[in-house]
Amino acid sequence: MTSLAKLLEAALFASARPIATDELASLDPDASGAELQSALDEIREHYDVEGHGVELVEIAGGWQILTRAEYTEAIERAQLAARPARLSGAALETLAIIAYRQPISRAEIEEIRGVTVGSLLKSLHERGLIDVVGRAEGLGRPLLYGTTPLFLEHFALRHLEELPRADELAIALRAPLRETDTAAVVATADAGGNE
Amino acid sequence: MSASLIDAPLSSRVDTNDAFVVDVPAFSGPLDLLLSLIREEQLDIYDIPIARICEQFVLRIRTLGLNEAAEYLEMAARLLRIKAQMLLPRGDVETWDDPRAELVRRLLEYQQMREVVDVLERRGEERRNQFARAYLPQQPAPPQAPLALSLSELLSAVDRVLRTVSQPNMHEVIPRTLDIPGAILTIRSVLALRARIMWTEIVEKGAEPWQILSTLLGLLELAKLGELRVAQPKPFGNVEISRDVASEAA
Repeated sequence: MTSLAKLLEAALFASARPIATDELASLDPDASGAELQSALDEIREHYDVEGHGVELVEIAGGWQILTRAEYTEAIERAQLAARPARLSGAALETLAIIAYRQPISRAEIEEIRGVTVGSLLKSLHERGLIDVVGRAEGLGRPLLYGTTPLFLEHFALRHLEELPRADELAIALRAPLRETDTAAVVATADAGGNE
Repeated sequence: MSASLIDAPLSSRVDTNDAFVVDVPAFSGPLDLLLSLIREEQLDIYDIPIARICEQFVLRIRTLGLNEAAEYLEMAARLLRIKAQMLLPRGDVETWDDPRAELVRRLLEYQQMREVVDVLERRGEERRNQFARAYLPQQPAPPQAPLALSLSELLSAVDRVLRTVSQPNMHEVIPRTLDIPGAILTIRSVLALRARIMWTEIVEKGAEPWQILSTLLGLLELAKLGELRVAQPKPFGNVEISRDVASEAA
């Protein structure tokens, strides 16, 4: 491996969290973006071709060394590491809504799920999967929630755009109608009618 | 009704800070239940036979014991209202607003979200099966430098320690029983002579702790019997002891 690849490998090994590309760049100021990328490719190929127990994964806007899935059972059986508990269906539903509609208020989430989500939001916030990203303008200025980098990590996503786009889902659905949207829809409908 | 964060075998549990929480693993909410009914009955989501689905819904929440959960009740009420609206004469077909439209929109929206849940579930499971380098939340304290000393240094240190430990200071405890009856007799005889007396007057200067305690307990005993009154005009002030006038009269 090249010395840059070795340096990156050492840094990735030392870090418990994914390292963003610009953080990797700060390890060697002389290295260009292309050199970094080829060094990362080199590490990945090294692991894949030579058959290592770990692999280099692009995740949450960065890079991380992870163990290969085939060894998980054995590692867990030996009680060397434990898989995190699965999220409940209710938690996943709430996260899905936040991921697509962020920034979103609690009331809007409850409107979609049809149940109250107060304590669930608290738990998700405590686990670092969501965060308060602002306040809405409306009555009471409710808190608005969004997903965190840890959310991407948890679901092995490189970025939010990796989730299927709304129009790629089996049931394509328009965004919720807000007053401004309604005006826009009416305007386009009129324009269509005139043609 | 609220749901838990992690997927555990759920029945019912007492939330620490919340009211009693009932988790129903099968359905994550009224929309979920409604969708599964529609699927079971193979109904067209755009043309839901509202009377039938409403009946099914109410039946199901009753058998599942959900009819006390507000959200399910609210949905049942909503279905009943739509059912009622469907029964009203429609008049002009052109301007008739389908009362089911809002429900259909919500169901579709919910179903779309469930598709995303499937994606998240799959990806989350993949990631769950890979371990990252273990995360250490706190920096452990730096290890102590190893001790470098010779045997003679160690022995002299032990010697120093042993010398600083002097002979234990033995203290003999002499049991002294309190003499409450004696104290009561004393107080009674003093009060027989004087109607009012101060605490400092009945406790001699330099009295032993057992004497003071005996006097105190004797005093309290007499106060309980109603033979005297005890008053302290201000905190930490002297205590005034007086004959109880009422008991005297009696």
